[in-house]
Amino acid sequence: MHELGIATAVLDAVRTEARRRPGARVRRVGLRLGEVGGVDRDALTFCFEAITRDTELDGLVLDIEHCPLRHRCPACDRTFEVARFETQCPICGCRDTVCVGGDELELAYLEVDDDGPGTPGTEGPQ
Amino acid sequence: MDRVPLEQKVLSENDRLAAALRARFAERRVLCLNLISSPGAGKTSLLEKTLERLDPGERVAVLTGDIQTDNDARRLARFGFPVRQITTGGTCHLDARMIERSLTGWRPDAFDLLFIENVGNLVCPTSYDLGEAAKVVVLSVTEGEDKPLKYPGIFHRSSLMVLNKIDLLPYVPFDPDAAEANARRVHPGLEALRVSTLTGEGFDGWLAWLRAQRERHAQAATAPLAG
Repeated sequence: MHELGIATAVLDAVRTEARRRPGARVRRVGLRLGEVGGVDRDALTFCFEAITRDTELDGLVLDIEHCPLRHRCPACDRTFEVARFETQCPICGCRDTVCVGGDELELAYLEVDDDGPGTPGTEGPQ
Repeated sequence: MDRVPLEQKVLSENDRLAAALRARFAERRVLCLNLISSPGAGKTSLLEKTLERLDPGERVAVLTGDIQTDNDARRLARFGFPVRQITTGGTCHLDARMIERSLTGWRPDAFDLLFIENVGNLVCPTSYDLGEAAKVVVLSVTEGEDKPLKYPGIFHRSSLMVLNKIDLLPYVPFDPDAAEANARRVHPGLEALRVSTLTGEGFDGWLAWLRAQRERHAQAATAPLAG
């Protein structure tokens, strides 16, 4: 249950970015979550909603992109998704493949609305 | 509506502190190992038996994390090496800031091997870099041999799996080969050792692994920078 800490770190980053854009309203934040990143999507969504409710970011949408475990084959240089931890290269059969994705815990993007009323707390000097 | 790319790690603040710790450890030639397991797999027992077998002149220190009590620090302090307890007060993992705070006041040359015993938890500690050179995951034969498949994150990120409590193998339906095969499905090439912290079986291999890591780390630290 470290999802509350993760949700708080996401919100900190959103607030930092929102302060750089006074007058803009943050609508959506995109997150990349890897299959073996050790973060539960549902628990994170629950925590995120709980800590944004009744704040200036109430209604902010958390958009989670699931990143599957991916390996690259050094023999044929293809990258493939690993299903059920079968890491053998499906193309050439090489067993010595290298993990290149699946442990992401990254902020991808923010969607901000520059036309509407700004996110409260972002107007004026901080 | 504008889409602003962010492209940063969610735990970038923790990662920043961990990178500073890693640089500090490298500068002082400290090998730092982060021990992670479920509660009860035997992290503290592994450390007890390890400290018991180390030469008292060795420069080794331990940070041990728990949600409550300083029981583990008291258990580990009996061997004469510097030990500090980190009590998280509810948090289910250690983070880099806790490590940084816990190191204050220790002489920089006091140790060249630092064990961090994380809070017993196979999930949350996975996400938090503590500046360690390697994560070591401890599994025990009273758990399921499919645990590497159920908790892939930590097996994926660990450099070594220590299978503990092998003295119980005659009494439990646990197939150590299957456990290691499962771990290697998640992490091909993962090193694995089998030990009993009760009888000391397998400790020669574990101590040899530690020695090799320390030598490799010291060499890496003394190697001239490329370029």
